[in-house]
Amino acid sequence: MAVDTNLEEIHGPELRHHFETPDQQVETSTIGMWTFLVTEIMFFSGMFAAYAIFRSLYHDAFASTSKYMDVVVGAINTAVLICSSFTMVMAVRAARLGMRNMIVLFLILTMLLGLVFLGVKAYEYHHKWVEHLVPGFNFHYEEAKYERHAAIFFFLYFMMTGMHAMHMVVGEGLLATLLVMAWRGRFTAKWNTPVDMIGLYWHFVDIIWIFLFPLLYLIGQRA
Amino acid sequence: MSTTVERPRTQQELNYLNIDYSWKSWLLTTDHKRIAILYLVSITAMFFVGGLFATLIRLELLTPRGDLVSDDTYNKFFTMHGIIMIFFFLIPSIPAVLGNFLIPIMVGAKDLAFPRINLLSWYLYIVGAIFTLGAVVSGGVDTGWTFYPPFSSTYSNTYVMATALGVFIAGFSSILTGLNFIATIHKMRAPGMTWSRLPLFVWSNYATSLIQILGTPVLAITLLLLAAERIAHVGIFDPSIGGDPILFQHLFWFYSHPAVYIMILPGMGVISELVTAFSRKRIFGYGFVAFASIAIAVIGFLVWGHHMFVTGQSLYAGMYFSLLSFAVAVPSAIKVFNWTATMYRGSISWDTPMLYAFGFIGLFTIGGLTGLFLATLGLDVHVTDTYFVVAHFHYVMVGGMVMAYLGGLHFWWPKISGRMYPEGWAKFAALVVFAGFNLTFFPQFIVGYQGMPRRYHAYAPEFQVLNVLSSAGASILGLGYLIPLIYMLWSLKYGKRASANPWGAVGLEWTVPSPPPWDNFPQTPVVTWEAYQYHKPWQPEVEVGR
Amino acid sequence: MNPEPHHHITPVRTYVLVWIALIILTFVTTWVAEIDLGEWNIVVAMTIAVVKMSLVAAFFMHIKGASALTKLVCGAGLFWMAILFALTFGDYRSRAWLPLEGWW
Repeated sequence: MAVDTNLEEIHGPELRHHFETPDQQVETSTIGMWTFLVTEIMFFSGMFAAYAIFRSLYHDAFASTSKYMDVVVGAINTAVLICSSFTMVMAVRAARLGMRNMIVLFLILTMLLGLVFLGVKAYEYHHKWVEHLVPGFNFHYEEAKYERHAAIFFFLYFMMTGMHAMHMVVGEGLLATLLVMAWRGRFTAKWNTPVDMIGLYWHFVDIIWIFLFPLLYLIGQRA
Repeated sequence: MSTTVERPRTQQELNYLNIDYSWKSWLLTTDHKRIAILYLVSITAMFFVGGLFATLIRLELLTPRGDLVSDDTYNKFFTMHGIIMIFFFLIPSIPAVLGNFLIPIMVGAKDLAFPRINLLSWYLYIVGAIFTLGAVVSGGVDTGWTFYPPFSSTYSNTYVMATALGVFIAGFSSILTGLNFIATIHKMRAPGMTWSRLPLFVWSNYATSLIQILGTPVLAITLLLLAAERIAHVGIFDPSIGGDPILFQHLFWFYSHPAVYIMILPGMGVISELVTAFSRKRIFGYGFVAFASIAIAVIGFLVWGHHMFVTGQSLYAGMYFSLLSFAVAVPSAIKVFNWTATMYRGSISWDTPMLYAFGFIGLFTIGGLTGLFLATLGLDVHVTDTYFVVAHFHYVMVGGMVMAYLGGLHFWWPKISGRMYPEGWAKFAALVVFAGFNLTFFPQFIVGYQGMPRRYHAYAPEFQVLNVLSSAGASILGLGYLIPLIYMLWSLKYGKRASANPWGAVGLEWTVPSPPPWDNFPQTPVVTWEAYQYHKPWQPEVEVGR
Repeated sequence: MNPEPHHHITPVRTYVLVWIALIILTFVTTWVAEIDLGEWNIVVAMTIAVVKMSLVAAFFMHIKGASALTKLVCGAGLFWMAILFALTFGDYRSRAWLPLEGWW
């Protein structure tokens, strides 16, 4: 449309027609992204609330599940995710400096670490299936008196980690998009909002895991 | 067989409606005004589907015996009436139609902050509606709009999953609308449009958006947990397998009580606009009305337990929820007082939108005060799950919100369509709606207080007189809703052309032509006036037209 | 006349330090879980998690140095989460309480 090209001449290619200045556009995206993250906080808090209530109601049954949770694997995965957050923030930094090769490098690292995390998660899920710990489909609990309440724990375990993993998968897709854009040299020191925004998303997913790890893996470890 | 030669249009006449006529230009539009029209059409359709179920309910209740439909079918009727009206009409109506159309113009922006997300939000609404309507035509759902487990998760044999999925998806549409409004109101305001100059419609939609983004995700996860329980039969809500049904109610009402403020707050915003424009006065206590919206949004999150007084919720929780419920009445009352004070000694004109505003204030007051009855622990035990509750929330939702929606639609119809609606018919319809509404729902207060329970297809014979009155009122109310549908459509072609400011009202939306051009303002306006500057001459220095 | 958006560039050193701190805290929380502190285990674990969250939010998500509005939005999310927890737990915690003597 004629109107569009006209506006592009005035504003430059990355400024959409309804914004006045690039600053306004960046600030609007930032506030939009943070608002979105707030909705994500509320989404997960529903599950955290359910978890907290059942843990306080069925304290012993929840503690009894710990012998089926591999703390070392969980801790390693936490570290992997923290590393991916670090590489992500380095990608954001590179984008702000407009260093194309560095953006590409750090995005690839972030994606790889994310894939490692998902791979380990898949291994753990498989392990739970083998050990008959998938409630509703394949569940058998050794301590019969806890069976019903342990089922609730594992149900919440799969819901929470499953939702988290789904966010990771979406994140991988977003990172792949960023990677293509970065490869084509779309991000400059002047315009790099998508890297910034998806960085926020990635860190948020990391934070969720920072809470999931102690809540799901670190209950009743004491001998 | 078009014989008329199309008049060549001058630049002056190009507006958002005639700039492009193709299907693609509508279905892929990112213009907030066109998306508002898309919403208007789809929401109106859903309103009449929901109304159809209301008609069937009232028909069944004409006689005490269940002679029209079986109890199972009746369960499906009130469930589908509730789900469609709440999730697909009341919640999106004013924000998605009037808010979408007006908020960018009112704050002096060319569009919402994220136009493509705005379009996505409409598509999500449509997908959600398709799932829900699909469930309706496949055989319906009978859980009540509240989806209470364990019935919904274990025992119901109807299409719970499809309906819940539809509501889940529509929830994301609501979230995205709220997100868009928040970013827009924070960052897209024109120079000079300070927070204290924002029209109150914008303030109330801002408060609504807060609830949408903070509450709706909790509904989403609750429905997800419910669906997972239904699939896996793991007891998170079903008490027979270790779960807690009250947990579902906590999570559900954490969203669904604030959701009633999603429905009423934008209506309050509309009324603030109508009362000032047709009384020719500044709003009385602007700051109070603005902050009352925010207060309702915040306190509204603290009262959800009053839906659970007769469940196994702790007595002490019942007490603090009851107290907090009284607190939320304060900001609502502030608004009613301030509207009344605004009208005091104003030069009131009796145009159709103002008739609806009068209707709103009266009926909302009745609905709100009966809400206080229900917030009282002891009294609530007596009237829980009776028609008293039904009458209460219909006074707020239909008597309040729908009145405000119709009032706003009439007020801004010249701006939206560029045409005037026929005033005589409109006044007649407003009176029919008011009379029909009261005849439908006032008897329900009495019959409920006398002890008639809700959600039964049969009832004791002594309640018949009041139920016949109610059903008679419903037919009048239905007629009152059909008349505007007909004359609004008629006015699109035959209505008198509207000027830019047919009401002589104050506000940025009245500075642009009717209908507005594609990007609202050729040049970003500079705001130099207070909202509702009716007390002194208003001469906005805004370049009009392109 | 079109001012370009400017970002503050954080030195790499800060990011590396935060990264190391997060890794150390992960080890600490795993290690502390093995020690029996009774009721305090969960408190310690959650405190460490909150510290980790704050580090990620402040430095990786650049809350430190962000606009007041961003901080407000972030705080609102946490506040509403607290509402959900506080009022729901208020019910569960007080369910077993009996009515006080002589109230009715």
